[in-house]
Amino acid sequence: MNNSVDIQAEDAFAAAMIEDDIRGRSLWVDAWHRLLKNRAAVISGIVMATMLLLVIVGPVVSPWEGDFTDWDNTSSPPSLETGHWFGTDSVGRDILVRTLEGGRISLLVGLVATLVSLAIGVSYGAVAGYYGGFTDRIMMRMVDIIYALPFMFFVILLMVVFGRHIVLIFVAIGAVNWLDMARIVRGQTLALKNTEFVEAARACGVDHNAIIRRHIIPNLLGVVMVYVTLTIPQIILVESFLSFLGLGVQEPMSSWGALVNDGAQDMESAPWTLIFPAAFLTVTLYCFNYIGDGMRDALDPKDRL
Amino acid sequence: MRQEGILQHTASRLLGLIPTLLVLITIAFFLIRMAPGGPFDGEKILPPEIRANLDVKYHLDEPLIKQYFRYLGQIITLDFGPSFQYKDWTVNELIARGFPVSLTIGGLAMLLAFFLGTLIGIVAAMRQNTAVDYSIMGVAMLGISIPNFVVAPLLILLVAVYAGWLPAGGWDWSAQRMVLPVITLALPAIAYIARLTRGSMIEVLHSNYIRTARAKGLPEYLVIRRHALKPALLPVISFMGPATAALITGSVVIERIYSIPGLGSYFVQGALNRDYTLVMGVVVFYGVIIILLNFIVDILYAWMNPRIRYNEAQ
Repeated sequence: MNNSVDIQAEDAFAAAMIEDDIRGRSLWVDAWHRLLKNRAAVISGIVMATMLLLVIVGPVVSPWEGDFTDWDNTSSPPSLETGHWFGTDSVGRDILVRTLEGGRISLLVGLVATLVSLAIGVSYGAVAGYYGGFTDRIMMRMVDIIYALPFMFFVILLMVVFGRHIVLIFVAIGAVNWLDMARIVRGQTLALKNTEFVEAARACGVDHNAIIRRHIIPNLLGVVMVYVTLTIPQIILVESFLSFLGLGVQEPMSSWGALVNDGAQDMESAPWTLIFPAAFLTVTLYCFNYIGDGMRDALDPKDRL
Repeated sequence: MRQEGILQHTASRLLGLIPTLLVLITIAFFLIRMAPGGPFDGEKILPPEIRANLDVKYHLDEPLIKQYFRYLGQIITLDFGPSFQYKDWTVNELIARGFPVSLTIGGLAMLLAFFLGTLIGIVAAMRQNTAVDYSIMGVAMLGISIPNFVVAPLLILLVAVYAGWLPAGGWDWSAQRMVLPVITLALPAIAYIARLTRGSMIEVLHSNYIRTARAKGLPEYLVIRRHALKPALLPVISFMGPATAALITGSVVIERIYSIPGLGSYFVQGALNRDYTLVMGVVVFYGVIIILLNFIVDILYAWMNPRIRYNEAQ
């Protein structure tokens, strides 16, 4: 980044703030402004918002149903005349609607499974970090052991064992993806619990619960949020991977991975069945990664990757 | 002192591998056994007597816990047992047949990723915040974001179907059939390593001793080669463990798309067909490889990083 310009912008902003009224800027406001300066992250955010809107509203307003088979137009290329803007697959289903409906599942899995991993990881890491000592050692040793396991194989086994129900996909992916989160949260908690402000709170007689709630968790949120944004694309990728192998969501439900798999089978005669879902998936992952990167830069300026 | 410290560290880490392995085997064993259906629940319904005989032959009639200990005893002698699905094949034979193929692709992809990734990363770091840097990093982000099961069909479509330069799939140990799978597999790793190298190289290039090296008039390429390269590669070294795991996972998809008879394709087939012994064999085999590689990477990292000390307690 061009440093001098940055500083000037910062100063101008600070001056404006002072003229208005003198008021402290919280870490969050600071981070927000830093994020807004990251052009890649802002563009990614706008694209993702549009994508989300499309995925939610698109299937509702579209003239086609996802499972409607248009026998007059099977494997027809994208065209405005037939009304299939992205073309149709080999049984005449509209690719646009299917891509958007698949996106609902992919994004939903990404969000819900991330929440599962967030819940497990944060509570596990916070407990290990806050109590420390023997508890911490045992808990983190367990994480180390699980960490060394070939995780994707376990997801595949889980899917095979418990069948391919969508709720299980959330749980299976979330349940094996919490390790990084636990490690990061534990590390942060360890560092935080020895800081002066926690000590001060303790000296004032604040009890453990209140300390965790009011002092530890709010300070964890930044790191956790960065990590959540980086976890969502990973999980979407895992889900697509499973669906691609035929182990994810089942027909008539669909996800981007399943659509890419279908498309890869017909790609020689109907490349559009591959290209559109693949593009949506890639754009989503790309944007999430950029947002995550931008958030990391904004919230944790030490890390300069 | 330092040598001793590393030796001690190595020994304690080696011991630590045992519980990891045990957990791996245990989870995999009970997970696959919890699956509804068994290896003999095929399309053909067997007469009950034959079914019972088969169960006895493969010890499936015994209580699960007894089977578990039997399996542990078996695995210590490195015997993975017979495959249920591929008649007349033992799992050892299947692994011996599939693994060289997977290893060739994975190894080549790893080499490609390491050299190309670090090279790109260094170039980007030396041109930090220029158009070169931005475009390299943009492409690298794309490399991380675009899944390999998207890259593979697209490459087949463009290179094999439309251009006709290379075969679309299959396997005969010839270089032309290796090109596409290796590139597909290496792509995300190249991108990731490039980003890692760039980040650490930038940090190293800002340190004082590099300023000293420049101040005494060393040309830039020597500064990089003699002083900056080794510390800058440390994060890349520690990424090699997870990278291997990712490559192995990726190979499951790659082998399927390019119809390559590697170990990953056996795993998916085995899991779908409840081929207990084959799935267990592949999971344990790959698990051991990942665990061992993580271990080697850890030791290598300690050996390369002069800042790590093991004898602080003494």
